[in-house]
Amino acid sequence: MKNCYIARSRSVAARQLGEEMVIMSAQDSTLFNLNPVATLIWLGADGHTPLETIVQQRICSTFEVDLEEALQDAQQFVSELAAHGVLLLGEAPISDANAEMAKLP
Amino acid sequence: MSLMEKVNGKALSLGVPLSVHLDITYRCNERCEHCYLEHSGENELSSSEIRAFLKQFADAGALFLTVSGGEPLLRRDCFEVIEFARELNFNVKLKTNAVLIRETQARRLREAGVEQVQVSIYSHKPEVHDAITKLPGSLSRSLEGIRLMRAAGLKVTLANVLMKSNARDFAGVQALADRTGSQYTLDPTITPMLNGDTAILALNLPPEELRAVFRDERLVGRVDEFCAPPAPIDDSIREGLPCSAGHTSCYVSPWGEVYPCVQFPLLCGNLREKPFSEIWSRSERLREVRAIRAKHLSTCSSCSHLGSCTRCPGLAFMEGDMRGPSSADCEKSFLRTGIVTAGMLAGSTALPFAPHHGELVQINLPGA
Repeated sequence: MKNCYIARSRSVAARQLGEEMVIMSAQDSTLFNLNPVATLIWLGADGHTPLETIVQQRICSTFEVDLEEALQDAQQFVSELAAHGVLLLGEAPISDANAEMAKLP
Repeated sequence: MSLMEKVNGKALSLGVPLSVHLDITYRCNERCEHCYLEHSGENELSSSEIRAFLKQFADAGALFLTVSGGEPLLRRDCFEVIEFARELNFNVKLKTNAVLIRETQARRLREAGVEQVQVSIYSHKPEVHDAITKLPGSLSRSLEGIRLMRAAGLKVTLANVLMKSNARDFAGVQALADRTGSQYTLDPTITPMLNGDTAILALNLPPEELRAVFRDERLVGRVDEFCAPPAPIDDSIREGLPCSAGHTSCYVSPWGEVYPCVQFPLLCGNLREKPFSEIWSRSERLREVRAIRAKHLSTCSSCSHLGSCTRCPGLAFMEGDMRGPSSADCEKSFLRTGIVTAGMLAGSTALPFAPHHGELVQINLPGA
């Protein structure tokens, strides 16, 4: 998963409760509660910043963790959320238009 | 503990109003005989006021937004309100009678990302449903709206308020839910009007019929579990909250008034006068509501049903004391389990019908 870009899907509802993000998918009504680390990744998912940069800037600078290890965990996490339609994944930057299209059935 | 309970617990500890119920109008194209509202459209919030208040709810941490009325689609800006709420990342649930839903509206709701639509259906028989709504042709129009919303991919729930006039039609409404691929939910409680008028309570199911509803597995699932005697009461129950009203949820009227719940008419502030965050965090009335634990309830704290009763503090408030029993819930607990409640013993709630015993047998004790 080189050059991985992530964008928050517009089909979800989301709110930050303290350091944790609560997300509800309108697609299947699944509720997600992201822990503080996952929340940092979610907040960085602007479609334009590579996942590696998000992990480096938001995770490795906050927690004492090796980039390679953190990136591996992050890749697994974003894949799981993408499977539920909560995050969009791409090998190139993801435009707002693409994110908008993703909410349609 | 479910994830939803965990999230609610977190919201409670942070003082976050996780759920907001917003009625954008009290105007309605139906005149349901059991409705608790007066249908005035005077001085409703403007579009810009609603947008500003939605932003305030979001800033306060609200995630779940119920848009309701009256009939919300009577407002020309209903879709703009919903679309703006979705831009603010709310999970939106819409309550409508679906009479005004056409293909375009159904598609627009789906595209906006509305999570669920709830439609009140009283009977599968037009003559019964339309007599309750007082709108000729309403069942047919609502069902067409439901069909279009389902075709657009929306999740729909049929809400079936049960009362005297439609008591025997729930199976027909359940069949409609099945046929349209909708969920079904039952509500057997008529509440007083928000102005305190209790005349509509006469529409409630008679106790004998409510008792039968509680013993119908098509409605309650496992009857032995639903009607089981209350479990022993421990400290976690005594220290528990009566309900989420005013703690993690609140209600906002079409005039910007903030209440703990749509069924709890304790005015806590008006958004036209104060920001939501100020009302939510500083209202003395909300603080009073939040201070109440089960152990503080004047009669119910000594009731064996304390841990399992659906006691509504709003209904208790409408009966005169938010710490007192709600007679409708006393009745339900009694009819469910056959065990008399503390409210009944205290005389604050009448027995719904005279308890009767079987044939009396004289027991002759040895030595007596």
